[in-house]
Amino acid sequence: MSLQVVTANRLDDGLVVFLTADGGWSENIDQSRIADGKEAGDALLAEASVPELDTVIVGPYLIEVEQQDDGLVPTKYREVLRTKGPSVRQDLGYQAG
Amino acid sequence: MAIVKNDSVIDQEWITLDAEADLPPGEENIIVPLARFKEERETLIGRNGGLGVQLNPGDAPEDLANDLDRLSIITVHFPAYTDGRGYSYARVLRERLGFKGELRAIGDVLRDQILYMHRCGFDAYELKNDDDVSLTKVRAALKEMTVYYQPTGDGRVTAASLRERRRAALKSAS
Amino acid sequence: MYRYDDFDRQLVLERTEQFREQVKRRLSGDITEDQFRPLRLMNGVYLQLHAYMLRVAVPYGTLRADQLRQLGYIARRYDKGYGHFTTRQNIQYNWPKLDEIPDALLDLAKVEMHAIQTSGNCIRNTTTDQYAGAAADEIEDPRPYCELIRQWSTFHPEFTYLPRKFKIAVTGSPNDRAAVKVHDIGLRMHQNDAGEVGFEVIVGGGLGRTPFVGKTVRDFIGKNDLFSYLEAILRVYNRFGRRDNKYKARIKILVHEIGVEEMQRLVEEEWAQIKGGSLRVDDAEIAHYIEQFAPPAFETLSDDDSEFERRKAENREFSNWVRSNVIAHKQPGYAIANVSLKPIGGIPGDATDTQMELVADLSEQYSFGDVRVTHEQNLVLPHVKKADLFSLWAELKNANLATANLGYVTDIISCPGLDYCALATARSIPLSQRISERFSDLDRQHDIGELKIKISGCINACGHHHVGHIGILGLDKRGKEFYQITLGGDASENAEIGKIAGAGFSEAEVVDAIESLVTKYLGIRETGERFIDTYRRVGMDPFKEVLYGDR
Ligand code: HEM
Ligand code: SF4
Repeated sequence: MSLQVVTANRLDDGLVVFLTADGGWSENIDQSRIADGKEAGDALLAEASVPELDTVIVGPYLIEVEQQDDGLVPTKYREVLRTKGPSVRQDLGYQAG
Repeated sequence: MAIVKNDSVIDQEWITLDAEADLPPGEENIIVPLARFKEERETLIGRNGGLGVQLNPGDAPEDLANDLDRLSIITVHFPAYTDGRGYSYARVLRERLGFKGELRAIGDVLRDQILYMHRCGFDAYELKNDDDVSLTKVRAALKEMTVYYQPTGDGRVTAASLRERRRAALKSAS
Repeated sequence: MYRYDDFDRQLVLERTEQFREQVKRRLSGDITEDQFRPLRLMNGVYLQLHAYMLRVAVPYGTLRADQLRQLGYIARRYDKGYGHFTTRQNIQYNWPKLDEIPDALLDLAKVEMHAIQTSGNCIRNTTTDQYAGAAADEIEDPRPYCELIRQWSTFHPEFTYLPRKFKIAVTGSPNDRAAVKVHDIGLRMHQNDAGEVGFEVIVGGGLGRTPFVGKTVRDFIGKNDLFSYLEAILRVYNRFGRRDNKYKARIKILVHEIGVEEMQRLVEEEWAQIKGGSLRVDDAEIAHYIEQFAPPAFETLSDDDSEFERRKAENREFSNWVRSNVIAHKQPGYAIANVSLKPIGGIPGDATDTQMELVADLSEQYSFGDVRVTHEQNLVLPHVKKADLFSLWAELKNANLATANLGYVTDIISCPGLDYCALATARSIPLSQRISERFSDLDRQHDIGELKIKISGCINACGHHHVGHIGILGLDKRGKEFYQITLGGDASENAEIGKIAGAGFSEAEVVDAIESLVTKYLGIRETGERFIDTYRRVGMDPFKEVLYGDR
């Protein structure tokens, strides 16, 4: 029922990233690996929280998402802003393209 | 675990007792928490063997004012490096009460705080690393900065007094 | 203005190198994020929603032209071409990369600037009156003392791990423009009966989730004794401030819980032990610092400039700007010019790289290379000849920096809110933009007069909403942004914490709600009354009624 992905900030430049299917990190939420349900979510987060990743990303956590026509969209507005960029500077962040 | 003092690693020569532990029978060197020192003061100072006190956050170093010459060591416990009360305790002990014995930082003692501890009057640090790493860390920490703005009791010359000297020199030269 | 000597320079360079090493250790995996976080915070580096954020200290809000120009360069080189001036008289960059921050700090060090102690539980950047050294109502320039506080508090070995952050503000003028009563320590310069100038010491003010107006612990402390007295307060706080709960750890809670008399007793007892000691600053040293902030080489001018008067009479736009943004100077023939960073519909406090460079140039041309940052998120050229105001204004206007709204309803303080801040519960910038657009008509703004709206995106109150005449706090109600309105707050010498008007408003409703408050005020004000005066006279009820009716 509840779809989740793991997000974090990349260590070197601080930008928002998502855990992908192949275990990498992408700036594009649509490339993220989706976990369905609590157990799958916990497993995904555990995978993202291993000490080896401490030199790649900072502060991984799960967010809830919905599959919409144009792709994955977080359910919380805070996370929507993170996937796009500041709403007051649409020329900046990922929304700037 | 290693204790660094005066640019070298020293042996642990002290047994730290908690509130309840039995006093050892012989002439062992012991450290007791301040609360226990206050309760059992007569017994403790009547014992043979070295005596020290451990200060925990919330303790008042002033409670030791009349007994400082009986203490060879005071340890100050930092349960977390973020709990900075111990810095004030050290300055009160050294600068106000004139404590001359060993002042040792124990607990969450990390490289990045050692210079501050030294400036406040600590002269010994118990680190969680092994001997070599601990010594390297303390040495590096103590020389990371060379300019000091605040006068403390550590004997370092402050920027203000160096400036004053310079101004005086300029004046007498002119 | 204060110039670093080799000691200051050395200290900042050593710190920059130290941080470069720490970043290297972090990137290579020598230290973990948990170990690194406090180290980066001590150097002003946060991790925000979209990226890292670097907060650079502007000590006591004073900048030289070359410093502001460098801030513009840093915005372009390490960020996306802009920076955000904050209520703490600092500047924040929103997009620096961690591996480039050591270089940015080195570039700052070149112009005698740094990010030291802009975060962490230590003594933060000391703030003061943005008109220091220029204001007509000033008793004495507070900046020499601010600089001495800066040095005393930088890497203070005893006070780097306090229970919580610690903010000191100083005013040298009876009209408090530095909000000293809502800081951990507020210092107000005044004259005692013997005619000496010293400081009233106010302790335990603050905003955040438990706002308090500070209380006076000492009516007068002489200049020589200021530092030992500050050290006594800090030692009492370091020893007795609560550490069991970070929401109760500020000094305001200690003062509130033990009472101001007990606080006073503890501080005086501590001070008695150290007052004659090495922190006593003698007159010669004070004089040395006063000299560093000596007034610039003002010309002897008449206070009436006919050219200036003619321009005002001819150009209404200019005269409007003069009326709101230009303030009396203590030197005849000079004026203080405020540069609004609040264009209608703009982002409060944001300035682009080229705007910063332009203001730097203009300050050299017109203001002895002196620029100030205000806690209301504007810039100031403090020493402008009246005769130059017109050309200054024309150049500012070309760069969209001449909005004539200082102190008016569109001069809104706003924190970054959910658009940038990881702690936010709602956005604050878009709301300030919509309010600004709603009241864009200048005649209407002038008619409304002084009205301070302050917006925070969460209870931390970085946007000072508690002390806004109208304060707005953004909250999250089941996933939707909503906004709570407070009325009657005041950051001045008559400091007061605003009262919550009632239930919050949705994003769609809140601008109308603000407008209805203003309309009510216009309907009931007496001659000469500002919004805050009317509120004080009539109280909350009439305003509550327009907001909620019978609800
Ligand atoms: C963007 C990252 C920021 C973070 C993480 C942050 C965090 C906080 C927190 C946690 C508090 C509450 C402190 C307490 O009550 O103990 C606070 C208060 C405050 N902050 Fe910020 N803040 C940020 C940005 C800003 C900005 C942009 C400004 C200026 C516009 C600012 C100025 C203040 C002020 C004036 C206060 C209230 C005064 C006080 O009680 O200290 N902060 N901040
Ligand atoms: S008030 Fe809240 S939202 Fe605004 S900057 Fe401070 S912490 Fe962030």
